[in-house]
Amino acid sequence: MQTQVTVIGGGVVGCATADALSRAGVSVLLLEKGDDVAVGASRANSGIVHAGYDCKPGTLKARFNVRGNELMWKLADELGVPHAKCGSLVAAPEGAEDGLRELASKAELNGVRVRILSRAESLAVEPRLASCVSSCLYAPDAGVISPYKLTIRLAERAVLNGARVVTEAEVRGIAHDGENFVLTTSKGEFKSLFVINAAGAGAEAVNAAAGAESFGTEFRRGDYFVLDKLEGENVSTVIFPLPTAAGKGILVAPTADGNVIYGPTSVPEDAPDTAVTAEALAEIRRSVPLTYDRPAFGRSIRVYAGVRSIVGEDFIVRESDKVKGFFYAAGICSPGLTAAPAIAEYLAGLVLPRLTPTLHEPVVVLPHAPRLTEMSDEEINARVAADPAWGRIVCRCEKVTEAEIVAAVHSPVPALTVDAVKRRVRAGMGRCQGGFCMPRVMEIIARETGVPFSAVRKGGAGSEIAVAAVKETEND
Amino acid sequence: MTDYDVVVIGGGPAGMAAALAAEAEGAKVLVLERDTRLGGILNQCIHAGFGLHYFGEELTGPEYAARFAERVRKSSVEVCLEAMVLSLTDGREVAFLSPERGLSRIKAGAVVLAMGCRERTAGAINLPGSRPAGVYTAGAAQRLCNIEGQLVGRRVVILGSGDIGLIMARRMTLEGAKVERVIELMPYSSGLKRNIVQCLEDFGIPINYAHTVTRVVGEPRMTGLYYAPVDENRRPVTAEEKFIECDCLLLSVGLIPENDLLVGTAVERDPVTSGAVVDERRMTSVPGIFSCGNVLHVHDLVDNVSREAETAGRCAARYALAGEKAVTPAFKVTAGSGVRYALPQLLHASEDKAELFFRVDNIYRSCRIVVESGGKTLYSGRRMVVAPGEMEKVVFPLAGLSAPVTVRLEI
Amino acid sequence: MKTICINCPLGCSIEVNEMGGRIVVTGNTCARGRDYGVTEFLRPVRTITTLVKREDGAVVSVKTSSPIPKDRISDFQRHIRGLVAPAGVRPGDIIERDALGLASDIVVTGVPDASK
Repeated sequence: MQTQVTVIGGGVVGCATADALSRAGVSVLLLEKGDDVAVGASRANSGIVHAGYDCKPGTLKARFNVRGNELMWKLADELGVPHAKCGSLVAAPEGAEDGLRELASKAELNGVRVRILSRAESLAVEPRLASCVSSCLYAPDAGVISPYKLTIRLAERAVLNGARVVTEAEVRGIAHDGENFVLTTSKGEFKSLFVINAAGAGAEAVNAAAGAESFGTEFRRGDYFVLDKLEGENVSTVIFPLPTAAGKGILVAPTADGNVIYGPTSVPEDAPDTAVTAEALAEIRRSVPLTYDRPAFGRSIRVYAGVRSIVGEDFIVRESDKVKGFFYAAGICSPGLTAAPAIAEYLAGLVLPRLTPTLHEPVVVLPHAPRLTEMSDEEINARVAADPAWGRIVCRCEKVTEAEIVAAVHSPVPALTVDAVKRRVRAGMGRCQGGFCMPRVMEIIARETGVPFSAVRKGGAGSEIAVAAVKETEND
Repeated sequence: MTDYDVVVIGGGPAGMAAALAAEAEGAKVLVLERDTRLGGILNQCIHAGFGLHYFGEELTGPEYAARFAERVRKSSVEVCLEAMVLSLTDGREVAFLSPERGLSRIKAGAVVLAMGCRERTAGAINLPGSRPAGVYTAGAAQRLCNIEGQLVGRRVVILGSGDIGLIMARRMTLEGAKVERVIELMPYSSGLKRNIVQCLEDFGIPINYAHTVTRVVGEPRMTGLYYAPVDENRRPVTAEEKFIECDCLLLSVGLIPENDLLVGTAVERDPVTSGAVVDERRMTSVPGIFSCGNVLHVHDLVDNVSREAETAGRCAARYALAGEKAVTPAFKVTAGSGVRYALPQLLHASEDKAELFFRVDNIYRSCRIVVESGGKTLYSGRRMVVAPGEMEKVVFPLAGLSAPVTVRLEI
Repeated sequence: MKTICINCPLGCSIEVNEMGGRIVVTGNTCARGRDYGVTEFLRPVRTITTLVKREDGAVVSVKTSSPIPKDRISDFQRHIRGLVAPAGVRPGDIIERDALGLASDIVVTGVPDASK
């Protein structure tokens, strides 16, 4: 069958685009270099749905942020992605009120609802603001979402609507045979009428392979602390400092799943390296108390870093002038997650008028993945009676059953690694960080996919959890 | 109406001993165990060193567990396996999920908490660097090795010299891995001397005291790490950082009582132990809820866990069968100078003698342990040496106790 | 020879030497420390706990029924690598008697299977 559009990159922009096109009846191929979707910037960011007050008016960032925010809440409901429209505050110390007014006037130009609150009014929104905060910019339309879950669910819905996802397929060459683009990848050759490059940190290289424009990518690493869910009740809204040239600054935010994050830093990098540094963690320790009164670093359960790709001041989302039929989205740094549904809508709008959809099935609604923690006693008992795996809790911290993990392994974009299971059902995301459940998850993956236990990987190629069976290694 | 006199949460060494002691008092007992068999973490501790005090002979972990499991099998104690407790209330209602019984909500006359502990993770210590395959807690590596038969690294570094870390150094060596070194943040090990000698020295494995891992390198598989000495504030001296090539880092950086179930109850917690505050019966601040074993405070000998659990089980059964005795005044026990924590945290004057367990906060040579109450010395005894890794125990008469108790070291 | 005495938490650093046919222990603070030093010098022994493969590919845990000489540990490990325990093996079963002629049996201490 003729593939109409190849989307390169299984991040949130690529998956949202594949979803938008496949629901319009277009036959889509999604190529991802990593072992799963959502393994680049889409898995390691702040998970904030920005209101859009701080983007420079008239830019693509402003346009896609505001439109993305409008689309996001309904999308999250449709896809069953954890989210909370909890609002955000920009916390300003005394004497910095001008900064807030500047943001408020940008907000007005961008069409975003904001209010400047006194300290007393701010404390009603967030009781634990630092004592030096004298006023805040409040944006009621901001919120949080699980970025990797959103990406995965978009990919799953795309697959149910006929898209094909091929992972571990790195694009090495893009040619044109007069009728189709011909993509040479580590998983073989693929052809399609159009190509959309949404390769994130790899977008520059993909453009080069196609002979399209170059734009010069800079990388910035952002480090984070993740805190125990016990801390979740202590943070009710997203708290930013005043933005600077380096970005939106180090925030304190609840996550959509009930944890709290502190971060990100903004450290220039030559390559998309996600190693956390001690210096960055120290910077977060210094910064959080400037906006938030009761930092709880002792409740940290994990540290991580993600890398955002920057190309100048704005996003680039367009068709190549040099290579017709080749589109690209580049420099999708903050507010890229929020903007993703709008970028997808825009790209689909560019491509759709140029082809006739070939798939004519009705649009498939993605069924919700049932979660034990969301069920009534009666529903749980009915499920356990039908399948005892619903009664077997594998991940103690997050209360994830064997049945949920089995379902993730057999989902439309199958979870074949320990980390892929973790991103889908949260097994291993809790305070013990998989210390207890990892061997059980490995057993389930091995059993359900027919691979040996020893071949089960943490994530990408070469990340096998075990290196050898006992009694098979010699050291003398 | 209650469904069981005593519900024991956890079927490891503490849970089994508590259940048997409760049964011996005539109680109807249910044990809820989340694994597919009784024994808990002992099942993966295949090394010897268990049971010298309790059974008078040296056993391996699985053997020690099997002795109790056999007693449970022969008793009237009911066991529900693969059962995870989801919630507990101050009114002793227990909700649990298992494949066999689905979601059950039962009411207990008394509850014994015996859920054990979990390990501190790379995230909890904010370990810098990448997050590749190859970084595991020592206990997870122990399970993968001893139960699943899988080796998680060929060239291994161990951070932390607690007993699990030391035991895993020997285990990995015997299985053919090269353990490059053990790195310990403190200037001393919290592990037993015997393990320093027989797990490290016997195999020529070096240990760096007052050092730490500064960053992990490699992705998706670990390829090495940097480590450095630490200053007096335990901060790494990065100028002296060194690199080791290795494919595995095991963490033995502390155990934390797993008291997640207590969120939502009024059970008072001790910020030092992370476990509940208990009296000499091991009853918590919520009447009818008892706690014992590593969920109460982290022990170094399983034999002490079994003894403590027997006290908790026996008292839980008496509570369930006879109700709360007339309340007698309880006096607080405070950890004085040189003492990190003492347990139980409360003593009732009605008892005739007290057994007090405590840990010191550093290594002290030739010191005196002093227990006082209202100006009176209840106990005084000399020690050649005390160390944080070894729990101390003193026994003293309680007759006429009328004031709070303090245990301290005289150096 | 230098080592640490393991009898008590004091952990004395001791040194053991042979002088004119006599074993001399220094650094110890008690008689138990001297005895320990002499044994470690003359004939150190260790109980070994490890794993043996089972027919079905799983592993069972084992121990030596009595301590073996410390300098034979690596021979013992090499030897045990070739052993295979039968499928139905239970804790307490002896997999091999008098392994390597060291007067110690290899005894099963645990099996990985659930005891439902």
